[in-house]
Amino acid sequence: MMSFWKRFSYNRGAVIGLVILTFVIAAAILAPILFPQSPWKMVQRPFLPPFTQDGLLLGTDALGRNVLAGLAHGAYVSLLVGLVSTIVALAIGVPVGAAAGYFAGRIDDALMRFTEFFQTIPSFALAIVLLAIFQPSLTFVIIAISIVSWPPVARLVRGEVLSLRTREFVEAASLSGLGNLQIITRHILPNALPPIIVLASLMVAQAILLESSLSFLGLGDPNIMSWGYMIGAARTVIRTAWWLSFLPGMAILLTVLALNLIGEGLNDALNPRLTRKSE
Amino acid sequence: MLNTTKLTAAVLALALAGPLAAQDGEPKSGGTLNVVIQPEPPSLMIGLVQNGPTQMVGGDIYESLLRYDFDLKPEGQLAESWEISEDGKTYTFKLREGVVFHDGEPFTSADVEFSMDKFLRESHSRMRTYMEHVESIETPDQYTVVFNLKQPFGPFIGIFEPGTAPMIPKHIYEGTDFANNEANNTPIGTGPFKFDKWEKGSFIHLVKNEDYYMEGKPYVDEVYYHVIPDAASRAVAYETGKVDVLPGGSVENFDVARIQAMDNTCITDKGWEYFGPLSWMWVNNDNKPLDDVKVRKAIMHGVDRQFAKDALWNGLGKVSTGPLSSSTRFYDGETPDISYDPEKAKALLEESSYDGETIRILGLPYGETWQRWAEAVKQNLSEIGITTEIVPSDVAGWNQKVADRDYDLAFTYLYQYGDPALGVSRTYMGDNAAPGSPWNNVANYQNAETDKLFAEAALMASPEERKAAYKEIQDQIVEDVPNIWLLELGFPTIYRCDVKNPVNTAFGVNDGFRDVWLDK
Repeated sequence: MMSFWKRFSYNRGAVIGLVILTFVIAAAILAPILFPQSPWKMVQRPFLPPFTQDGLLLGTDALGRNVLAGLAHGAYVSLLVGLVSTIVALAIGVPVGAAAGYFAGRIDDALMRFTEFFQTIPSFALAIVLLAIFQPSLTFVIIAISIVSWPPVARLVRGEVLSLRTREFVEAASLSGLGNLQIITRHILPNALPPIIVLASLMVAQAILLESSLSFLGLGDPNIMSWGYMIGAARTVIRTAWWLSFLPGMAILLTVLALNLIGEGLNDALNPRLTRKSE
Repeated sequence: MLNTTKLTAAVLALALAGPLAAQDGEPKSGGTLNVVIQPEPPSLMIGLVQNGPTQMVGGDIYESLLRYDFDLKPEGQLAESWEISEDGKTYTFKLREGVVFHDGEPFTSADVEFSMDKFLRESHSRMRTYMEHVESIETPDQYTVVFNLKQPFGPFIGIFEPGTAPMIPKHIYEGTDFANNEANNTPIGTGPFKFDKWEKGSFIHLVKNEDYYMEGKPYVDEVYYHVIPDAASRAVAYETGKVDVLPGGSVENFDVARIQAMDNTCITDKGWEYFGPLSWMWVNNDNKPLDDVKVRKAIMHGVDRQFAKDALWNGLGKVSTGPLSSSTRFYDGETPDISYDPEKAKALLEESSYDGETIRILGLPYGETWQRWAEAVKQNLSEIGITTEIVPSDVAGWNQKVADRDYDLAFTYLYQYGDPALGVSRTYMGDNAAPGSPWNNVANYQNAETDKLFAEAALMASPEERKAAYKEIQDQIVEDVPNIWLLELGFPTIYRCDVKNPVNTAFGVNDGFRDVWLDK
């Protein structure tokens, strides 16, 4: 464990990313305590610029809602969507990829054609179509994002499993009479974990971006304050109140950047073959 | 500082040229007027198509017998004078002499009869219902038209405007298939401007009617209607000087303040008096707990409409007091109080049958302002203790949900056409509540008493009697709160101050640019 942290912290960017992410997570957790009122509450006159009013650090939006409260509550939504949809995507992608890689042959062909079917459709367009069919609610936003983001997981896991399944320890497990399921879950997947973790951290970032884009287009849950919604709502006033788009935009940028940096740090830390000591 | 000579001149001009003529200086001739049209109209043949943009361009090409000032008082257009008989059943119009269509043919009483009796009866659904009241049309001579009504129908005098009763050339359309007549692409009317060219997706070009029957008018040489599909681009087109007039609704409300602050920019919210666009939330009177009048009253008092007006509509428009827009005939300002009062709302809710149910709010999918408005109402209601959720939808979904009555509260706004019998009764008449239409009595308000009064008031001969009947109706409806009335919408027309007179009737820019001149 120590060596993991050591390797992780060799990457300065990763540490910065972790600090930013910790801050975002803290904001999300503390939002209901710091801003117990609904972020939709109209508290002051509209369009107060940032730093002009005590208690309203970042000013108010077009309806006089507290922008800082919106950002904090939005952090919760963004992280929730990012995490849950990534977990769901992993839950779909890992079994599909593992089965394809382990069994190979016809099963592999069938599963991979099925995966490619999703990959050929641009993921954002597919998400829009899915949300246009369903009611845009938080649950369906998460489902839509999961549906469009599992194929890369499946492909990655398949590749890893393909290379692991011919290794001696797998053959040994097989010879000792273990069933397929146990071989996959106990022996192959643990060894395929590092790249999956790295991919997952990037998928969280991707999911946050997707959710923001969908909310920006008005396809998010209209009852939930999210960063994408804030930008979308402020778009029409960008020339008179640019900060209303800028602030949530920065929040998205920093969070996604942090997750990417962490992903890179994880890659360094989990991949012992990579030595970056010379840097 | 006030320039007294100029003021005197203006007053003099006003006195000489009638109440609605140029306010300042001597009109100058010449120049080009650039106007935004949004969205692009499907056709310019105003007798066949009645949507907003068609009426706007068509209002320059076609005319009707009358036009109406801001108080909805009729003035002559193609009719020189008119008379309503004592019993309210005979309308006699004397037409202006020497009026010609754009193709040179004279305009006569035969055209009026053809337009009203044949063309519009066949192709204009609103007109068809009005014409139900007409027994016969007589044309004793070339310049006289007499309408004999089956029974008195007060609103009749209010229908002679170009969007409702345009005068259509008989010599072109008689005996043809109106909808597929070639001439629909090159509309011919009697109006101040002639159709010249329509570059689809780009612009519509009209030129001055040199043979117009009013001396010296129109003043401008040509009018360009520019088709610009995006609200932000329309704002930019005004800022860069490509267009000089932004009709109501062309730009997002949030942009209005910024554009208004530009040099040489004037703004008016007049010109919508005939339409009287009134916004409200449909309340599904059949759904629990909204069938309880106390819940409806609580919502009514719980919605901060002044805030919506200031924050979302730039302070334009008016907080509504009931089912009639204040510019509609027989509006009664003395109806029971429905102003914002959260304390009262809470108290009402306490007494009511409301039990924490989630009430759905269906926003109107017409852009940012409406979306924000639904959010504001949701917040207002949560503060008086009502749980709500916003149901997202697109235009088709909205129509479907409202038509199927699959909603609890739904934003909407409708035109009133100047008279409660034309544009208000349809919303509250009990027999007009069948599901399937998003424009009828969607709330399913059932009140036998107001039904009877509505039916009677439409057919009363004297305006005084009608006024009394409509007062009773308004009091009763406001007491029942079948819908949550929001704002009389103010759609500002923004224009360069050196464009004079763009809005001078109750129809605003829809009534043609007959009196517009450019002070350049």
